[in-house]
This record gives sequence, C-alpha cells and structure tokens, in this order.
Amino acid sequence: MTPNLNLWLIPVLPLAGAAINGFFGKKSSRTTVSVIGLVFCGAAFAWALTAALRFWSSEVPYQEYLAHWIRSGDFAADFAFYLDRLSLVMMLVVTGVGFLIHIYSVGYMWDDPSYYRFFTYLNLFMFFMLTLVLANNYLLMFIGWEGVGLASYLLIGFWFTKDSAASAGKKAFIVNRIGDFGFLIGLFLLIQHFGSLNFVQVFDKVRPLSVEAGGAGLLTTIGILLMFGACGKSAQIPLYVWLPDAMEGPTPVSALIHAATMVTAGVYMVSRSHVIFERAPMALTVVAIIGTLTALFAATIGITQTDIKKVLAYSTVSQLGYMFMACGVGAFSAGIFHLMTHAFFKGLLFLGAGSVIHAVGGEQDMRKMGGLKSYIPVTFGTMLIATLAIAGIPPLAGFWSKDEILWQAYQTSWVYWLIGVITAFITSFYMFRLLFMTFFGDYRSVQVDDHGRVHSAHGHDEHGHGEPHESPMVMLAPLMILAVLSVVGGLVGIGNHFEHFLAPALGSGEVTQAAEEGASHGTEFLLMGISVAVALLGAVLAWVLYVSKPYLPQRIAAKLNGLYEAVLNKYYVDEIYASLFVKPLIDGSTRVLWQGIDRKVIDDSINDAADGARHVSDNVRHMQSGNLRSYAGWIAAGAAVVIAYMVWLGVGR
Amino acid sequence: MISIHLILFLAFGAVAVAGAINLLAQTHPINSALSLIAVMAALAGEYLLLGAEFVAAVQVIVYAGAIMVLFVFTIMLLNAGVEERTNGSRVAMMFGIPGMLLGSLLVAWVVLRHSGTEAVVVGVLPGQTKGWGDPATVATLLFHEFLLPFEITSILILIAIMGAVVLASKPTVEGGEPPKKVRS
Amino acid sequence: MVPLSYYLVLSGILFACGVTGFLIKRNIITIFMSIELMLNGVNLSFVAFAAHWHSLAGQVFVFFVMVVAAAEAAVGLAIIIAVYRTRETLNVDQVNLLKL
Repeated sequence: MTPNLNLWLIPVLPLAGAAINGFFGKKSSRTTVSVIGLVFCGAAFAWALTAALRFWSSEVPYQEYLAHWIRSGDFAADFAFYLDRLSLVMMLVVTGVGFLIHIYSVGYMWDDPSYYRFFTYLNLFMFFMLTLVLANNYLLMFIGWEGVGLASYLLIGFWFTKDSAASAGKKAFIVNRIGDFGFLIGLFLLIQHFGSLNFVQVFDKVRPLSVEAGGAGLLTTIGILLMFGACGKSAQIPLYVWLPDAMEGPTPVSALIHAATMVTAGVYMVSRSHVIFERAPMALTVVAIIGTLTALFAATIGITQTDIKKVLAYSTVSQLGYMFMACGVGAFSAGIFHLMTHAFFKGLLFLGAGSVIHAVGGEQDMRKMGGLKSYIPVTFGTMLIATLAIAGIPPLAGFWSKDEILWQAYQTSWVYWLIGVITAFITSFYMFRLLFMTFFGDYRSVQVDDHGRVHSAHGHDEHGHGEPHESPMVMLAPLMILAVLSVVGGLVGIGNHFEHFLAPALGSGEVTQAAEEGASHGTEFLLMGISVAVALLGAVLAWVLYVSKPYLPQRIAAKLNGLYEAVLNKYYVDEIYASLFVKPLIDGSTRVLWQGIDRKVIDDSINDAADGARHVSDNVRHMQSGNLRSYAGWIAAGAAVVIAYMVWLGVGR
Repeated sequence: MISIHLILFLAFGAVAVAGAINLLAQTHPINSALSLIAVMAALAGEYLLLGAEFVAAVQVIVYAGAIMVLFVFTIMLLNAGVEERTNGSRVAMMFGIPGMLLGSLLVAWVVLRHSGTEAVVVGVLPGQTKGWGDPATVATLLFHEFLLPFEITSILILIAIMGAVVLASKPTVEGGEPPKKVRS
Repeated sequence: MVPLSYYLVLSGILFACGVTGFLIKRNIITIFMSIELMLNGVNLSFVAFAAHWHSLAGQVFVFFVMVVAAAEAAVGLAIIIAVYRTRETLNVDQVNLLKL
C-alpha cells in the first residue's frame, strides 16, 4: 500500500554523524565538525519531513521491518519502526527542534576545547531519541530510553573536570535508572501476560479486556509501573531531583534534552500506552495526581530561584506536570499538544537564556543582570514572546495548549482545574519575574544580595569584555525561528483540529467522550477567560515587585522568613533523600559488604588457604636431600614394590 | 606357526630392543636421541601389525616427528657434550637396578606362563577387520565416550605450552646473587 | 600368529631399559629420553591389549598417553633450559641445591 518510507534512515543518519565526529573529530577543524554534525542532523530532519508529507493523510499506521533481533520461543522483538500520527508529531518535533539547537550550538560552543565531543554526543542523542520515538515495540523503545539517559549523562557531565557537573551527570543517570526499574518490571508483566512487547500485538490483546474499575488489577499494576518509569525520565515527583542539577550542562543541552525532547519521552510513552491506561482508571488517577502535584510544587520553587537556568528547570518540571495531568484525565492528545508547544517556547527560553549568559560573559545569577534589553534587543524580543507563550496569553501557542488541558481537567474534576489555574498564575509570575529581573532596571554586575553577602562575579568569561553584547547570527536565527513557532504553533489546536488529527493514533478518548457532551461552550469560554486573567495578574504582580517597587521582595522574604528559606532550599528534598536513602546505602555498603564480606570472608579465606598450604609444605620439605638420582632410585624401588604386589594379586586369584 | 606376522614382529622387536640398549650404551646424548627415534619407528611398525593404523601414524608424527625433534633441538641448543663420569647414588645401584631387573623377570615369567598361546588377531592385511583401527572408528570413540578426557587434555596442553614458555624465557631478576655457576 | 604374551614381553623389555637408563645416566636429557622410552613400552602393551580384547579403548588411551608425554616433554625441557641457564651444567648430580 504505502511505498517504503525508509524510516530507518531517520535514526541512522545522526548515528553516522556521531560515529564520524567521534572517530575523526579530534583531528578535524571546527568547520568540518560543525558541517558533519549539522548535515547529518539536517538530513534526518529533511527525511522526516518527506516521510511526514507522504504519510500525512494516512490513518493506518505504517510499520517498517529493518532486522531480526530476538526470537525466543514465542517471543519476538525486532528492529522495526512504527509510524502513526503520534510518532509523526514526535518525530517532527525532535528532528526540527533538534536541528535548530544544533545550529545554535555551533555558535554557543565555538570556543570550547572539546567542540567535536559535543557534537558527537548531540548526534548520538538524536539517534537514541529517534529510536525511542519510532520503535514498534517496547523493547526497542527501551533501548532508546536508556540511550537518551546515557546521552544525557554524557552531556550533563560534559565539563566533567568540574566536580559539580560530574556529580550532576551521575545523579541524573542514577535517578533515571530507579525509574527504569519500574519500567522494566512493567515490561516483564507485559511479556508474561501478553507474550509480546510489540505495540500492535499487545494493544490488540488488551483492547478486548474490560475496564478495571475496582482499582487493583493487572493493567493497573502495569500502568503504575510504566508511570514510575516515566516519573524518572520526565522528572515528576518523586524522581524529579535530577533535573535542576542537570543545568550544569551547557545550555543547548538543557534546551534540547531537558526541555524539548528527552523529558517528554515519558509523556510519549504514557500516550503510546493509552490503550492500557484507559482500561485502568486507578492508574490514570495516579498519573493525574502526580502530574498536578508536581506542577504546583515545582512552580512554587521556581518563585525564589536566582539562577536563570534553575528557574527554567523548575518551570520544565512544572509544565511536564501539566502534560501528565492531561494524560491522567484521559486527554492524551492535549498532553501531546502541550508537549509540542512546550518544545517551542521552552526551547526558545533556554536558548535565549544561553544567549543572555553568553552576552554577560558567563554569569547565570539574575541578581547580577538587569537592564539588558537595550544591549541585546533581539534576545529580549524573542524571550518576551516565549514568556508570553508560557504564561498563556492568547493568541500565542501556550495559551491554546494549556487551556485545552485545563478544559479537559475541569471536566474530570474541578480540583485539578483549580490547582492548574493556581499553577498558571504562579507560572506567569515567575516567568515575568525572570524577564523583568534580566532585562529591565539597571545593569547590576556586582551586587550585594538580599542577606548582605557580597558575591563576586565568577563564571567563564571567554571574551573579556566589559559590556554585554548581542550573540552572533548563528545563535539568533534559531531563536527567531522558534519565536515564530511559539506564535503560530498553537493555531493547529483551534476547533479541535489537533485532537482529530491524533485521533487515529490515540483513540477517540473514550474516557473523556461522555464528559465532553455534558459541558457547554459557554463554560469553556468562561474558563478561558479566567486563565487569561490569572496570567495577566501574575504579570502585573511581577511588574510591581520587580520593576516599580524593587524593595518589596526583600521585605516579603524577611517577613515570611521560615517559609522563604524552605522554598529557597527546594523544600530540602535533596537533603531528605540523602539521609533517607543515600547515606544508609553507602554505610551499609561500606560496613557490611566491604569490610564484612569482601575483607573478612573472601580475602581472609584465600589468605588462610595459602597459609595452610605453606604450613604443610614447611613440614614436608625436610624430605629433600637435593640429589636427583637418589630420588630416581627411590621411585624405581617403590614402583617395583607396587608392580610386584599387583602381579601377586593377579596371580593369587 | 612361523607366519609373516611373527617374522615381522621379531624384526621390529629386535630393532626396538637394539635401539633401547644403544640408548643406554651411548655416552653422547645425540646418539641416544637417534637410537630412541629408531625405537619409535620400530614401535610404529608393531602398531601396524596390531591393526592400529591411526596410532601408528600418530606415533610417527607426534612422537618421532615432534617430541624427538624437540629433544634434538634442546641438545643442540644446550650444546650437550659427552657425559662425564661421576658417582651415582648408592640407592640406585643397590636397590633400584636389581629391583627393576627382578621385577621385569617376574613379570615376564608370569606373563609367559599364564597367558595362552592364542594369537592376537589383527593386522592391516586386506580383507580383514575393516574399520577397526582407522581414524574414523577411533575418532568416534574419542568424541563420544572419551570426550571429557579429550577436552581436559587439550587444556593440559595449553597449560604445558604456557608453562614451557614461562619457564624457558629469559629471567628478569632484579638484584640478588645468582646461584654459583659450576663451570667458569 | 603372534601371541599376546610376546608383545607384553617386548613391552616389558623396553620398560626395563627405560628404568635402567633413568637410574644410570647422568645427563638430564638422556634421563628424559629414558622416560620417553618407558612411555613407549607402556603404549605398546596398551595397543596389544586393545587388539587382544577387541576394545578400541586401548588405542584411545595410547592417544592420551602421547598427549601427556608431549606436554611433559615440553615442560621438562623448558625446566632443563632454565636450570642450564643458572647452573651451566647438564649433570644431574650437580643440580643439588634443592635440599632441606
């Protein structure tokens, strides 16, 4: 039917780029490395576009078999790709935003000594992410899942000579792994009960099963386990702690991996498994609660952070919470819609932040910025657009997707909706706070902070200049393209177009079908109005606190001292984890495993065996006289005795 | 009674015994080595008489062709010369040699006395017991019932190779006096 | 036809020669060759019995004996070379430091 789309090219082209840069990049010039990196990523994007154009109108999923992998009894998992409208959207987002970030990185990382290594890892990441998105079975998806975790570790710890960066990389990988444990057990359950990990086969077997309204059941367990894996990858409670630390990596990494693509893998996976989740309402509730709580929780932390990238990191955690909230109420297409628009504006925000950091020579503390809008106008303009988008001001992209989520949430329970609105208010507040602190007011390059301690500006100052300057065109062009996308990207949601587009892949949303008929258009417009109003309210509050009356925040912080300290220190979650989990593990490992078992049992037993052998031989050595021929004589005499004895035995019978 | 088998047996046997005694009589090790090769060749002939073609071939290839070559190389490498006369061990003279002589006489007497004159029926003459000592039949046995010893001996050879390489390589000793050399 | 006992006697003679050489000779390499002679004698008796009892296991065992003899010859000669390097002699009476 459909001609061969050669989907395998899409993941393999970046892999080839990674291989070439990895092996030959060290000796090549920067231009060669950039060209290789960009050409292969761009080729993947171009091929993805061609595949999309040819596949666009088809409602039937397309499968492409590349190679045979595991055949064990009845179980088979192959290197095969699956393209339906859901993976089409994901694929375009990943390759498109990925390509823009590759272009941006050429400018951002130009002065870095390990330039080629960056592009190698970046291309490697693209390969794994595309494998994840295009896989036709859970096992191949899991390979992509693990691979992006690996790429994330490599890229977070890119400047590995810095201790904090190396630790952050380890933290990301380890916390991810904890989630993967749950994911794996979910996969094992799938194999055990359905005999396959292939999407088509599993979902065909699950579809006839009845809805587990009671709560506990096989599908609910699988759903919760899969969600646990998604919590690790997409930084939800309780496994979100790695994402703020991941800001140690270079800014393009934060943009690509920790905003646009890798962290959305969890949302993609949950949406892909919608057939399972729709029949396990308890699991969906768990997803929704986790998403909602995370959204609110992370947003509150974002209010107090002073590092520009940390604010954006907590914002990402919060927005991912929105996506999971959407999936949790059954509106999977709304979650994917928000995923797409989020990739645009959050990617833009991170790249813009990178441009700001580049402009001020490496400083990331917002308290030392300010008034930059006259120095870097293009960056300011694009970041303004992104901030409007994330706050949910119409007609930009964020408004359409966030509103769709809040509308769907309202139909399941007004509690979700209320928390979502409060979070939207807080989101708007801290994003405009970021904007105002960075771009308005006076330029504060060395400043005393709220509590009277003087900070000196430390950071990698590559240019040694005194005044902030605009970034080169190679960095600004992606910003402008993403700004355009942030403006128009949401329009596909008007009239439920996007939802209908994804309907063949995500089902007709049986869970929300009944609810939708009940509510009216009037309510929808009322809710829309409320969310725009709170967004504007947040912006106004930020204006008041950070532009017109900048002395206010200190006073408020002093008044609410205990609460402020708790929020500033991220509610001490990292410290709690350290004392609850990390310390006992390390102590147990040291005392029991190392000193107890390794030293006392294994080493000592070998040493005792050796000592015993030595004692025995000490006693036996006295038999040696050194003369070989006497030994020979004794051997011959003894042999004669033995032979005579045996002959006598044989004869005697 | 006097068949070709007996004549061949006696011929090969005589060569073997002569070679063995020559090995004892010669003073220069290279002559002893060559006599031993003659013994092995004669024994290969005996094996053929007993229908063991595979074993005979292996005897020539491995024993005479490899092991003895190894001996000859070592003799040449170490430039071994004619043996000197020194006093042997008293134990050997008094107990060992007489013991062995008596022992072998005893064995020979018992064997000749208690085993019949029934002949050993084999040979590689055409038309008789086909498929008995040939490589295919031996291999079938080797790879079925004797598979475990076969594998273990291959590990044994590996260990022997490693041991030989390690022992014969030039030592790298730091410090310390080497033991007193006998000559010079 | 050749009775089994004849083969056994021949084997015994070779074995006895081997032992004698093992005890008399002073050159280490010659002693080694006597050991090989002993092994050959034993091989002959194995093959003879294999023919007598029509069981190929005897020949298979000869195979293994040859393998072991080869391994032993290799390692033994390596030891001789190592000893020669330090003591500069092939006279077995003078390799007498291994005492007490």
